[in-house]
Amino acid sequence: MVAQAHPEPLDRRVPLVDPPATIQQITESVAAPMEWKAPLGWWLFLAGSLSCLGIWLGSVGYLFWTGTGVWGVNNPVGWGFDIVNFVWWVGIGHAGTLISAVLFLFRQKWRTSINRFSEAMTLFAVVCALSFPTIHIGRAWLLYWVMPIPNQMAVWPNFRSPLLWDVFAVSVYGSVSALFWFVGLIPDLATMRDRATKKWQQLFYGVLALGWRSSHRHWQHYEVAYLLLAGLATPLVLSVHSVVSFDFAVSQIPGWHTTIFPPYFVAGAIFSGFGMVMTLMIIARSIFKLEHLVTRHHIENMAKVTLLTGSLVGYAYAMEFFVAWYSGNPYERFTFINRMFGPYWWAYWSMIFCNVVVPQALWFQSVRRNLGVLFVISILVNVGMWFERYVIVLTLARDTLPSSWGSYSPTIFDFSTYLGTFGIFFTFFTLFVRFLPMVAIAEVKAVLPEANPHHDDGHHAAHGGH
Amino acid sequence: MNRPYGALAEFKSAAEIFHACEKVRDAQYRRWDAHTPFPVHGLDRAMGLPRSKLPIFVCIAGLTGVAAGMTMQWWMSAVDYRVIIAAKPFFSWQAFIPVTFEVMILFSAACAVFGMLFINRLPQWHHSLLKSERFRRASDDRFFICIEAQDAKFDPEQTVQFLKGLGAASVELVEE
Repeated sequence: MVAQAHPEPLDRRVPLVDPPATIQQITESVAAPMEWKAPLGWWLFLAGSLSCLGIWLGSVGYLFWTGTGVWGVNNPVGWGFDIVNFVWWVGIGHAGTLISAVLFLFRQKWRTSINRFSEAMTLFAVVCALSFPTIHIGRAWLLYWVMPIPNQMAVWPNFRSPLLWDVFAVSVYGSVSALFWFVGLIPDLATMRDRATKKWQQLFYGVLALGWRSSHRHWQHYEVAYLLLAGLATPLVLSVHSVVSFDFAVSQIPGWHTTIFPPYFVAGAIFSGFGMVMTLMIIARSIFKLEHLVTRHHIENMAKVTLLTGSLVGYAYAMEFFVAWYSGNPYERFTFINRMFGPYWWAYWSMIFCNVVVPQALWFQSVRRNLGVLFVISILVNVGMWFERYVIVLTLARDTLPSSWGSYSPTIFDFSTYLGTFGIFFTFFTLFVRFLPMVAIAEVKAVLPEANPHHDDGHHAAHGGH
Repeated sequence: MNRPYGALAEFKSAAEIFHACEKVRDAQYRRWDAHTPFPVHGLDRAMGLPRSKLPIFVCIAGLTGVAAGMTMQWWMSAVDYRVIIAAKPFFSWQAFIPVTFEVMILFSAACAVFGMLFINRLPQWHHSLLKSERFRRASDDRFFICIEAQDAKFDPEQTVQFLKGLGAASVELVEE
């Protein structure tokens, strides 16, 4: 089994739960936020989120009543805030799947402390994202026309269109993320059922746990299903933002029609997603006293992924410019110079500052371990990624023909709808942290040293502790 | 007491249940199970369980998804209502790949989840073990072995003695 000589290098790995906890302490600390009397801060946060949700309902209600003229979209900028916000929210979701699926396949055990949390983020972000194309089509009640469902015109969707691919990619992504999330939750719901003292808890957790009884004959198939889902979600998540990028890349607009878009969009998506996970996690771990489960080591790892993906994004920006020059295409070249020095120069330089310059601070360990600085960086990353999509969409304002040039300025309803989606997101999130285990209890237990059935076997005791 | 469902033995660590499972397996019991708060690594071999067949079902579901996705697009675009778009062939299969891929993922993922639940006969909200007070800790920090009364070798006294001999912290008979 364990080699006799030099076992130290493996054991010197940073402990995943720090300070070490027993199996029971893990259950206790994750279950605590669900069993506390809700603190005042939670109610305030819920009230704030519900207010934003109300703003969303009001904005969308007014939109349905009046029409898309309430927004700033026009000709030539037919894709305004809707597509910017759609791409932004979908992108945020990608970090959750990366953590839950890709890091699982790579056997990155540190993911166990943060995967539930980020998968929840994925799910809620996809809901927010889907709201934008739904309202952007103008007559939201005809949304089913985008699905291959018979309609009164007897015509089918155009399967050659990237916009239609997007419908499939994002709705499958949402469905598979929900399945993945629920499968991960089943054992933890059973834990909550077994601890439940109140009637509603017994009913709520009892029904959702599906009668899970921790049987190893079940675990065996469960683990296979989980591995398969991770294997399926990995190409899925890469396909989703690739398909989102096809919305742009398959069109023949200068600045959009480039082959670098799929990998560049995927890297940007993961970048922004990790930014959002850090923003939320830095707050949640201290409010809910989960610092020993989500350690500084976890946060530092996330910062490293942010640095990597941020650098990939920076490389993609540079490569876009190089190709614009090297292609010799005057339209392409104009587009990029226009982005830098045209009417939306401020958006472009905000993007460069937030996405390329700021993350370079993460090369320093002192920055990666300073939660306050990380929090600011994580927010700037999300601001920068929003501006990236804004810059890309605003390419529409300068077409190849100067006669069709125009400008775009969002209205108050563009802003209120965007703000409103934060209401959707945070309402779900506030309810999630209160009623569902935000750390995967069973998975964290499984990476404890004592979870190893050979933990107590003789020679291991020689180098004691961990 | 009603008819027993089985004998339930409690263990305190992953290592203990691992070795206990090996002995239950070697004692030729058939209808028994281990209950652990998390999947204990290698316990399926200690229990002598065969490999899960789920991947085969998921593979079939995935291939079905490929066929269904491509057939749907072919029928809708090239058979039922043909519309010329951008001078492309009616059956432009290259452009149909993304949707085909997504349908494959959807079918496979749904099969992985619902197939797993089906193999495990879940949901099953009523079960004798869930009535045991002690068993609640199976989802917290305790490890259990349950030998069912339906096993041919089961004997209320001998099986309980056998489980005690494996180092169980406690052994009880669970009612049907």
